Amino acid sequence: MSEFLKRVDLIFGEYSDQKYKTLEKTVKRPTEDIIKDVLDSGLRGRGGAGFPTAMKWKFAMEQPGDEKYVICNADEGEPGTFKDREILTKVPRKVFAGMAICGKVIGAKKGYMYLRGEYRYLLPDLLKEIEEYEKTAKGLGIDFSIEIRMGSGAYICGEESALFESMEGKRGEPRNKPPYPTIAGYLSKPTVINNVETFVNVLMICRIGPVKYKKLGTLDSRGSKVFSVSGDTPKAGIYELELGMALEKFVEEFGDGDTKAVQVGGASGFCVPRKKFKDTIIGFEGVPTGGSMMIFNSSRSMYNVLHNYLDFFEEESCGQCTPCRVGCQQLRIGIEAVKRGDKPINYLEQLMKLSETMKITAKCGLGQSVANSFSSIVNNFKEEMIY
Amino acid sequence: MTANNNLIKELVNQYGRDRTSLMPILQGVVEQNNYISDVDMTEIAKELDLSAAQVFGTATFYAFLDTVPRGRFVIRVCKTITCDMHGKKLIIQTLEDMLKIKVGETTQDKKFSLLETNCLGWCHKGPSMLINHDVYSELTPEKVQKIIAEYIHK
Amino acid sequence: MTKEINLKIDGIDVSVDDGTTILNAATKANIHIPTLCYHEDLCVAGNCRVCVVEQKGSKNLIASCAMPVSEGMEIFTNTGKVRLARKHIIELLLSEHNADCTKCYKNGNCELQMHASEMLTGEPMFIDLAHTRKYTIDKYNMAIIKDDSRCIRCQRCVRTCEELQSVSALDVAYRGNHMKISTFFEHPLFEVVCTNCGQCVNRCPTGALIERNYVDQVWDAIYDPTKHVVVQTAPAVRVALGEALGMPAGKIVTGKMVAALKRLGFDSVLDTDFTADLTIIEEGHELLSRLKRVLVDKDPTVALPMATSCSPGWIKFIEHTFPEYLPNLSTCKSPQQMFGALAKTYYAQKRNLDPKNIVSISIMPCTAKKFEANRREMRSSGYNDVDYVLTTRELGIMIRQAGLDFESLPDEHCDSIMGSSTGAAVIFGTTGGVMEAALRTAYEIVTGREVPFEGINVTPVRGTEGEVREASILINKTLPEWNFLEGVELKCVVANGLAYAKKVMQSVKDGTGNYHFIEIMACPGGCLGGGGQPIPTNREIRSKRKAAIYEEDMGMPIRKSHENPEVAEIYKDFLGTPLGHKSHELLHTHYTPRKRY
Repeated sequence: MSEFLKRVDLIFGEYSDQKYKTLEKTVKRPTEDIIKDVLDSGLRGRGGAGFPTAMKWKFAMEQPGDEKYVICNADEGEPGTFKDREILTKVPRKVFAGMAICGKVIGAKKGYMYLRGEYRYLLPDLLKEIEEYEKTAKGLGIDFSIEIRMGSGAYICGEESALFESMEGKRGEPRNKPPYPTIAGYLSKPTVINNVETFVNVLMICRIGPVKYKKLGTLDSRGSKVFSVSGDTPKAGIYELELGMALEKFVEEFGDGDTKAVQVGGASGFCVPRKKFKDTIIGFEGVPTGGSMMIFNSSRSMYNVLHNYLDFFEEESCGQCTPCRVGCQQLRIGIEAVKRGDKPINYLEQLMKLSETMKITAKCGLGQSVANSFSSIVNNFKEEMIY
Repeated sequence: MTANNNLIKELVNQYGRDRTSLMPILQGVVEQNNYISDVDMTEIAKELDLSAAQVFGTATFYAFLDTVPRGRFVIRVCKTITCDMHGKKLIIQTLEDMLKIKVGETTQDKKFSLLETNCLGWCHKGPSMLINHDVYSELTPEKVQKIIAEYIHK
Repeated sequence: MTKEINLKIDGIDVSVDDGTTILNAATKANIHIPTLCYHEDLCVAGNCRVCVVEQKGSKNLIASCAMPVSEGMEIFTNTGKVRLARKHIIELLLSEHNADCTKCYKNGNCELQMHASEMLTGEPMFIDLAHTRKYTIDKYNMAIIKDDSRCIRCQRCVRTCEELQSVSALDVAYRGNHMKISTFFEHPLFEVVCTNCGQCVNRCPTGALIERNYVDQVWDAIYDPTKHVVVQTAPAVRVALGEALGMPAGKIVTGKMVAALKRLGFDSVLDTDFTADLTIIEEGHELLSRLKRVLVDKDPTVALPMATSCSPGWIKFIEHTFPEYLPNLSTCKSPQQMFGALAKTYYAQKRNLDPKNIVSISIMPCTAKKFEANRREMRSSGYNDVDYVLTTRELGIMIRQAGLDFESLPDEHCDSIMGSSTGAAVIFGTTGGVMEAALRTAYEIVTGREVPFEGINVTPVRGTEGEVREASILINKTLPEWNFLEGVELKCVVANGLAYAKKVMQSVKDGTGNYHFIEIMACPGGCLGGGGQPIPTNREIRSKRKAAIYEEDMGMPIRKSHENPEVAEIYKDFLGTPLGHKSHELLHTHYTPRKRY
């Protein structure tokens, strides 16, 4: 591996020799110290949006009442992302320990993992680990239990408020925000919802301390990140790397020598063309990603790529808000019409404006992020849209 | 009382009558019957004191909560970009040829349903598919033939 | 005390209570923000996104209906960014909307059309999706037509059906591009738990949910020289019809309405109020008879509490939801159906008409009445007792079609017979009104004295929206034949809106609600907020209509049903005694248990 890409072994590193050792040590510490460590670490959520984890926990902690929830978002559905599945396969204990720490910090007694239906096959092993966890927790006097709830094939349920709705037995339609989950989440109670990887990061911060953790990554993007690498690459798979790398280095390492574009952050992320590899930083200071890195070589039609994404959004939109429900359909049939010649080339400009409207008016992140791939693909590969 | 009524009663007893139980109950019915019928939905609505339309509305939101009869083995082939790039079409063709059905259909013997689905999270090993809960990745036509041949005898 | 929040909207300083939305704060500052999914009566959905505004310092626009104000916020409602976004959103809605406006019942009264016209949508910006899809049009229901091709998926109907009515006959189904408003398994409305209350129709911003209209059939009847067309109008119509014809809410237009009906060419303009009074006589006696059979005869077959039966939405609701309580419903037909049965019997006799040549029309604030008139049991005259039911809105259409300048019409009086009315009948149009009217009469029957309330205004039973109102009336110094009621505290409960009706029935079921007499009206506020009333209807408008109703009551020379001279006459000439043989034949009915599922 190139010297610019540092492999890290934090997330997937081995369990401590004693079961739930870090958890045991951490729950004995004062809550303020734990929060402080998480804050000092600079950890930002690993689901894609990158909200500072410590802030989220602090807000929930400050809420009165003792009915609070910790939810682990394992509804990994972003095209090109499969890192949570790998984490849940290899180190589920770290996830549950991270959740328990969160429970201790915010004062919650109940945690849920919302696992996507596509990962149903993981359920037996996860339940076994939960049994282990419960045993340990009982021994340590930790009053925090964990339950798994299954999704049933709806990408939108990865949106936190849609996930709550789904857990409440409803259609997974995102809610208006505010109120935010830390005030009114699951069952309208204060809730911390974090990505699978985020919980593991918290645990590792508690294990190695914020100082050591902070040495990884850059100022804006602390720590390591689990990347899901797929597409035209001889090295498809899961890689834990430091954040803040240049895309150029990434392509050097993972490309097949003919890379023309990389989709960073999945269908809802950005498509970076070859000419911009050099100036693109992977991280919150540049192009953020929940981990999805899809590589396309010059044999691929970017029109087909975009069309595939739009098909995806059209189906996975919950359908409640106008810009997303109708916008996704218009973008898809719009590029088809331009391709066929039924609409003039400048109709693409109209569609770009529409995607911008979707970005600023859609009710949730799904509709807002369609414009990311749409505009980055149309802008950079316009001729492929037309001919 | 029909067998399904018993199943729903059991699920309700296991998960409770609160609306938060709706998903696990619907999932439990699909697990058993491969789909949720109108009769099942009204039974669930009754137990949870919901309207039938509410149960229908919720069920139809989720791709895996089928509301039309499906076969014993539901095949869901990933159609998202990287699986598509790596030969998903050929996999579909192979399955269609073997099962003599098109995408969206169920075999006459009610054994197989063939569907497409969005990203399964196996992008590095595409093409991939689910058969019920089980994942099959890095598919080739030959591999598919072998897999299906095994299921045919199940 | 709530905190005051200060913000700026379009440069104007606004102070509002903490928790106020930007939309409401803007309204306070007289700044109009367009909305579609928003409705005062319903919880905030925030899904159409038409009401987006720009906030200083924020990249994304925000939905003003869903965003609470915060201190120091600076909002702009009319920037280029906002304008383009709104136009895009309206264009998107139009692209999936069957915008053949001239063929639409809501043409001219459609919120989407209004926005489109304001935004000067010319050539469509986007590709037409509406005509490339298959849509369902459910036109098999007597009362309500559901046309999915005109639906903009704002979910007002879904929220109405769930929040106000606790019925949820409609819900959102499927998702993404297939998302639609659907009944259970997309069954037609007549096969599901829909009560035909029409509250969804009243709130639908487009033509997706409309009443089945019978305007042309009524015109045909009027134009047919062989037909004698009688028309009755419900009490709540006369305090709302003006709105449908450009007048402000809360105007009493009884006289103008009668004048208009006469000019439209109806042969006889009569009054549902008359049979409302008759209902009170029958229902009052029914209540007293049930009380006697329970308290004196200890008859276990008699059901108490007794519940009113005037509201057909409520009837269908209880048939579906609490069929075990059907014996508790008063067997009295609703005033509309009493009128219908008498129009083709008593009236026909008196006027020497062949009932087969009578066409009986009713003007109702209600869509469920259309269903009620079509019930199989509503043919006790040997014909359809009521032939066509029009909503207040449809009458408004007819008046406009006829070119009448409604406001300048003189006040005229109903014809006789079956045209006289009392204050008691007028208040049938509001929640608590049937109860009050019944008490005015029943108390007097039992004690020989007027109800012991100032100006006979039985204010404790005057229901309000958003609550279940309980009251009890002590009966003392009874007349000798009613002495079994001496000292009895008559326990009454009044509810409006089916969500509250459900609460009442559940309390009866679990034993926490201990009542003698229950009044339910299916719609918020009672009939004055009925599904057939002018659009818009909201809390403010309902309260104005309510005030008008009580004003009309106060202004009536006779305010007790049993003092209606025509009522006395009909018993003398035709019916005999209350609950007598003829009454049973014509004025009482039975109910059908239905499945909730």
